[in-house]
Parts: sequence; structure tokens; C-alpha cells
Amino acid sequence: MKHNFASFVKKETLHILRDKRTMLIVMLIPVVLMVLFGFAISTEVNNVDVAVVAPNRTDGVRDAVERLSQNGYFTFKGYISHGEIDSYLRAGKAGAVLVFAPDYDRGVAQMDAGIPIKPLVRLVVDASNVNTAGSATAYLQSVLLGSASQQSMFETRMLFNPQMKSAYNFVPGIMGLIFILVCAMMTSVSIVREKEVGTMEVLLVSPVRPVKIVFAKMIPYFAISCIVLVTIMMLARYLLGVPMSGGMWGVFLLSLLYLLLSLSLGLLVSTIVDTQIAALLISAMVMMMPILMLSGMLFPIENLPGFFRIVSNVVPARWYIDAVRKMMIQGVSIVAVWKNCVILLVMTVTILGVSLKKFNDKLE
Amino acid sequence: MRTFIVLLQKEFLQIRRNSFLPRLIIAFPVLVMLLMPLIMTMDVRNVNVALVDLDLSVVSRRIASHIEASEYLDLIETTAEYQLAIEALEQGEVDVIVQIPDNFERDMMLSAPERISIIANAVNATKGGIGMQYIVQTIARALAELRGENAPVGFSELMTVENRYNPTLDYRHYMIPALMIILFILICGFLPALSIVGEKESGSIEQINVTPVSRFTFILSKLVPYWIIGLFVLTVAIIVARLVYGLEPAGSVWAIYLGALLFIFTISGFSLTVANFSETMQQTMFVMFFFIMIFMLMSGLLTPVDSMPEWAQRFTLILPPRYFVEILRSVYLKGTSIAELWVNYVALALFAFVFNTLAAVTYKKQI
Amino acid sequence: MNDVVISVRELTKCFGDFTAVDHISFDVHRGEIFGFLGANGAGKTTAMRMLCGLSYPTSGTGSVVGYDVMHEGDKIKRRIGYMSQRFSLYNDLTVWENMSLFAGIYGLTKKETEKRATELLARLNFVSERDTLVGSLPLGWKQKLSFVIATIHRPRVVFLDEPTGGVDPITRRQFWEMIYEAAEEGTTIFVTTHYMDEAEYCSRVSIMVDGEVRALDTPARLKKQFAADSMDEVFRILARGAHRGE
Repeated sequence: MKHNFASFVKKETLHILRDKRTMLIVMLIPVVLMVLFGFAISTEVNNVDVAVVAPNRTDGVRDAVERLSQNGYFTFKGYISHGEIDSYLRAGKAGAVLVFAPDYDRGVAQMDAGIPIKPLVRLVVDASNVNTAGSATAYLQSVLLGSASQQSMFETRMLFNPQMKSAYNFVPGIMGLIFILVCAMMTSVSIVREKEVGTMEVLLVSPVRPVKIVFAKMIPYFAISCIVLVTIMMLARYLLGVPMSGGMWGVFLLSLLYLLLSLSLGLLVSTIVDTQIAALLISAMVMMMPILMLSGMLFPIENLPGFFRIVSNVVPARWYIDAVRKMMIQGVSIVAVWKNCVILLVMTVTILGVSLKKFNDKLE
Repeated sequence: MRTFIVLLQKEFLQIRRNSFLPRLIIAFPVLVMLLMPLIMTMDVRNVNVALVDLDLSVVSRRIASHIEASEYLDLIETTAEYQLAIEALEQGEVDVIVQIPDNFERDMMLSAPERISIIANAVNATKGGIGMQYIVQTIARALAELRGENAPVGFSELMTVENRYNPTLDYRHYMIPALMIILFILICGFLPALSIVGEKESGSIEQINVTPVSRFTFILSKLVPYWIIGLFVLTVAIIVARLVYGLEPAGSVWAIYLGALLFIFTISGFSLTVANFSETMQQTMFVMFFFIMIFMLMSGLLTPVDSMPEWAQRFTLILPPRYFVEILRSVYLKGTSIAELWVNYVALALFAFVFNTLAAVTYKKQI
Repeated sequence: MNDVVISVRELTKCFGDFTAVDHISFDVHRGEIFGFLGANGAGKTTAMRMLCGLSYPTSGTGSVVGYDVMHEGDKIKRRIGYMSQRFSLYNDLTVWENMSLFAGIYGLTKKETEKRATELLARLNFVSERDTLVGSLPLGWKQKLSFVIATIHRPRVVFLDEPTGGVDPITRRQFWEMIYEAAEEGTTIFVTTHYMDEAEYCSRVSIMVDGEVRALDTPARLKKQFAADSMDEVFRILARGAHRGE
């Protein structure tokens, strides 16, 4: 019987290896994601195009513009007239326009002398891009005022991620997504495919126990996922420099649990649907969307409206990503995230139990 | 022409017969438009603050009340022990710790008082950074207030800010055009490819190949339904945005539909090209997923293109969604006209032409 | 020789260094039922696909209804019908919808379609199944429907690739009656099969072994030539020397 099982695993492995393109993509997706998040994509705003309207180009105005263009955060797009503000913003030629009052210099002098003044500068921001608008306003204010006095009052520290790399935050999210993609989606589609083509029947009449057939299907995908897991961890550690001070083994162990969970999910889907398209769509809608939206990968959980925050509790990726984040970046050990581990374990056992039961029910 | 109509009828019949697709086409856009804007906010709100108050003075209480009053900050706990606060931060219960040193009130008027230390959890860099800014601003305001009436004019009074096009800085208004684009990519990107590969897998494509139907006619009959569906989805999305979020297009509706049509042409043509190169649905799905992932992440849908490094920005020039993201956001929110965005329209038209030609050329009737 | 419908000379198809079809030559005449026999892997389907314009020959020439298979595939396609060994109608369309789809594809007008489809349904005794989804029909019915659809535009030649695989004897019998009827109306039938009793029904039979045509004549003369009692025996004698197989 053992021999039988091995030959099934071999058959599945051959199936997978034969489709080189899918293999390549599966291996490539995590690498590309890591590179993109690590080096290309940034959620922070670090370049705003600014145009200036100044009826009188006085020393004060020129000085302010000088400070502006020297700040790496802004690109000075030149002086424009009052009438051009709207067209510049509308066509996206500038993200913000600074409008100086004609008597800017005099006003600044008065302000320095402590005499109350009317606002001297009007900032018109293109708020259609909310991110840019918010940060541009804050930065422009501080540049214009050169607020040295304030800063000295505070001592600030960025814990765990002093260089503020957004990539750190995404690595666990990528892992949470990829494993569902590889394990759940690929297994469910490959099982359903056999149903569709009719080869499943052939396998089921063989003397091998049905459960073994299904496990044989899972093993190669599990192996692929392990390779992907190691790749991601290596890239995270050596390419992106994620600290992983909590120890690689904890992350690895928890990831193995998560892999099992994803495989069980794939099995569950395959017992529910009969066509490949349905399997793909269910995987995409019921698994991918919640991971992207409700797991805290992109959008912080505490920002979710109450109802969704409750729903997010049943998304396994939420617990996985949270734990991996803590272990990878904050450097806590696996013991500190025991709660997450237990939740994931319970979820795995439940899903696996339900899907095996469904699978066996279908046979009878 | 008759051949084309017959084929088109067949496509619609098949879509209608499918137990899943019609529901998907109607329910998916509505659900996405209803739910996603509630979720997709990268707005940093609810920054949880722990105050380590070693001073226990009027000043520290004033700071605490200012933090409590801020709409962005939530004062979770006040303690005298730094250790407790740092543990809470490690547990993720707290995002920022503010520590007010002993005798801060007494030293405040001195030239160099001991500084207030602020520690932010930067695991999420955006949240850490912005949370830090909020805190600094809030405390500065509290201190300025305490310094009395004769304090110099506050900075915010030097400058007035006008948030044009989205005065309330509503994040949803920013995300709604992005969601429409995601809908197009998912529906007009995945479905045509799956429909062709489905025919390949079932063998019915062979029966078509042996007929005199030209590949152009066949491809067109596969595309047209999804063009119509795409426009339908857009209309549904616009209506939901209007009814639920009160967001109306600032620019001309025609500019939106023209851009959408060009984009739908592009993405469905791309989808068929991928299908022509794939044998199984699994393969199609993964290849499409790979490209769609790059489209979504790199084209400015979720993160600003301007923030990318030079090489990445240059790379985005070959991504069709990049142009449509700009069109849809500008027209929808700013009322930009077609004339002002002509470069984007031309770029999309070019992509549409290239991908559809490619789809027709790579569709092989013979081996 | 106006009645030569299919003419093949030295037709060859290679996939890499594997020669699937090796310099075959033959003619098929109008109204004939031409049986194209061979073991699995002998190259029957490949040869047939070339004649239908689904695959380009590596070398050699072939013409179907007077058009060159290499360059005039589209003209050929308009004048032939094809039924593949895999069932390839649309399972999610009804009988009627499949019929009007293919009628429309071959350029029949709405009126013609209506008339022709009604007539064919009646001939099949299928009128009650008009609005049944094809996917829910039994296999034998599906095959009969496939044949009818392959002839819906009254093609000059119909190519049938193992049309009766997996079909019960009674349905097979009915199927062959349909083939005879079509042949009497002047349609040329080009059919591959594994059933040697079916080979007896053909006007002429060719037998392919390892990509080559080894024998070609009427069943009666072939039996005489190989001193055999049945086509089955003829086939065995020829296939014994085959190197390829399953």
C-alpha cells in the first residue's frame, strides 16, 4: 500500500512539472512581489510638484521658493499666474499651488514682531489624491516656517523599523497571500479538474483509499510551497534586510501550519464545486478578496468598520500575518504569539475535518 | 455579418445559461462598490496612544486632554511606568508612546527643558510616521495654548489651505475611481480568457476552427459581450457611487465612457492574447494573475506613481492601467477634459490596437 | 475527372523528427463512402486534420473539392463538414441553438436555417428534444446530432473521425443509415473507424500502418487480395507488421 501511495505522489508531481509555465509563474510571483514592494512601491508620498503664484517676487518669496526647491520632497514647477491655478491642478501639472499675498514680506516682518496678521499664504492642494494632499500640506507648512523651535522640544524614535521601510510591513502580507494562492487555489483546481475530465473516477475505483488519493495530490503542492516559503524568507532577510530577530524557525514553523490550513481550504473548495471555473472564482472571491481586504495586509484592521472587524476574525490570514509581522519585525519569539498559533491550529483542524467528511460523504 | 451575429448570440446564450456568471456580473460590482470603500482607507485614524506621565502636572494633563480631543488619536492608557507602555506597544495595543519627563512643567520656561519623548511603532511605516506627526502637532498646540495670549501667531494662521476637488479629504472619493478600474480588470480581464480556454478544454473550439469563420470574427464575437458587460458594470458603479456616496463625476460623462471603452478594449484584448498562449484554465489563471498583480500594484491604483524611484516610474509607462487611472481620477474628481488628457487617451487607444491585433494574430486556427 | 473530390499526393506531416504521416497518396470520388482505417497512432487523425485545414502539411500536396489544402483552407472549410472524435458541440446550448449556430456560421439565412433545421430534426425523430440542453443528451444522440450538424450546410464532403466510438449497436446501425442517405444525395463521406464491420459498408477502404497507406481498394477486392474472409482479417494481416501502436 505504501508503494501505491508513492506512485500517486509521483503522478501528481509529474503533472505539475509538466506544466512549466504555471510552475515558473508560481515561483516568479513571490520574487516579483518582494522586489516591487521592496524597491518600487511606496505608500508614502515623497514627491509633490508645486507651482507658485506670487504677484511680487520679493526677497521673502524667493527665499521661500528657494527653500522649497532644495527640499527633496518637492519639485518646483515654476511661477504661474492666478488664472492658471485651476488648469495646472486639473491637468495634473502640479499637485499643489502656493499663492503668496502681495505684501508677503511686510506680513512676515509684522509676524516676527508679534503683531497679529491675516494669512499671507494660501495653499491650494489637489485633494483628489487624498494621500498627497494630506502630507503635502503638513510638509509645506513646516518648510515654509522652518519651525526649528518646535522640533527641539521632542525626542522621537521609530521603533522596529527606524528607516521606515514600507516593505517590512508587506512581507508577511505577501506570504499570507501567496500560500493561499499556491496551496488552496492550485489544489482545488487540480482536484476539480480530475473530476471534470473524469479521471477521478478511475482513481477512485483503484484499491487505494480515497483519502490517500487526496493527500497524494496535496503533497507536491506542499513541497512547492515550502520552496516558495524558503525563497521568500531568504529574500526578506538578505534582499530587503528584514531583521527577523525573533528567529527564522518560529516563522518557518508557523508557516508550515498555515500551509496545512491552505491545503485544507483547497480540499474544502474542491468538495463543494464541480467545475474548474467555479473553483477558480470561489478561490478568488471567497479567499483572495478577504485576504487582500480584511487581513490587515493593505488596510489596517483597526480602520475597518465594526462589522468588518468582526468578520476579519474568521479570516485565517489575519492571524497568520499578524503573528509573522510580530516575529519578523518586532522580533518576538513564537511563544509570544501563542494565541495566533492556537487559533490557526483550531481552524486547520476544523477545516480539514469538515472537508474530509464532505469528501467521504460524496463517495457514498 | 450574419455569422458574427449568430456567434454573438451564442456567447450571450452561454453567459446566460451559466449558473454563476450573470449573478457575478450584477452582484460583484454592486457589492464591491458598496463594501470596499468602507474598507479601503489608508487614512490613518485611531492612532492608539499611551501616555507615560512622570510629571503629573497641569501641563501633562493639558496634553492628555488635547490628545483625547483629537479626532485622530485615542488615548488608551495613562501610566507612570514606561515598561507597561512598551509592553502594550509590543502587543500591538498601542501605536505611539508619549513620555513626559519629570519636572517638565517646572523646566518648560527654561531654555533647554528635558525633552518629551515620543516612540512610535513603525512596523507599519505609514502609520508610524503619520501618527508621529499628529502627536507632535497636537502637543505643540497644547503647549502653545499654555504659553498664554502673548504667544506668537500660530503657524496655521500664516497659511490657509484649500483642499480643492475634495474639500473634506474624503478617502472614499479617492478610492471609488480605483475600484471601478479594479472591477474592469477583474471582469473584462479574467472572463474572456477563461471563456476561450474553456472552449479549448471542451474541444468545441475545434468544431469552430473547421468552419469558414475567420479568426477576426470569432475573436470579435468573444470580445463584444465583455465590452458590453464592461460598460454595464461602469454604469452600475457610477450609479452606486452617486446614490450611496453622493459622488458625481465632475467632468463629462462622455470623457469617462470614452476612456473606459478604450481601457476595456485594451484589457480584454490582453486577456485573449494570454488565453491564446495557454492550454488549461489553471495556466491562464496564473498568468493573468501575475500580470494583473503588476497592473494593480504599479499603475498608481493604490500607491502614488510619483513616489516610485525613477526606473519604476519609467516602467509604468508600458502599463495600460496607469493611463486609465489618471483619466478616471482626473475626470471624476477634478473635471479634467479630454483635451487636457489627450496623451492618455492616445496611449490607451494605442494599447487597445496593439493587444487586439495581437489577440487576432496569435489565435491559431491551424497548427 | 471532374468527380474527384479529394486528391492527395505524397502528403507528409512531421512533428519534430517524428513522421506522423508519410507520403500518402489517394483519390476519393464523388458520392463515395471512403473508409480510412488504421490502428491507433497510425496517423489517420493527423491526415484528416490536414485535409480539413486544421493543420498544415510539411510536404506534398492535397486538394479537397478542388482547392489546395496548403493555401485555400478557408475555401475548403466552406464546403466541407467535420465531426471530431471528441464530442465538440456546445453542451450549454440546446439542440436547436447548436443547429442554428452552425447553420448561421456556414452562412445559411434565417429562413433557410429554420427550414433545414426543422427538416433534419424531423428526420432524426428529435422534434421533442428541440429545446433540450445538448449536455443532457445520451451519447448516441449527441453523435447523431453532431453528424446532422456537420451536414447542415449540405457540404460536398463530410469528414467523420471515429463517429461511432462508444455507441451501442442499434445507434451505430442508425448512424450508418444516415451516412448512406447522405451519400445517396451526392455527399462524399470520408470516415475513420475501428469497427471492421463498418469497414464492410464502405465503397472503398484504405488502411494506414505507421503513417503509410498500405492497402486501398473495395472491401471485396481487398479480401480477395489478402485471401481473407473478413475485413477484420485483412486488417490483422496488415497491422501485424506495425511498429507503432499504443
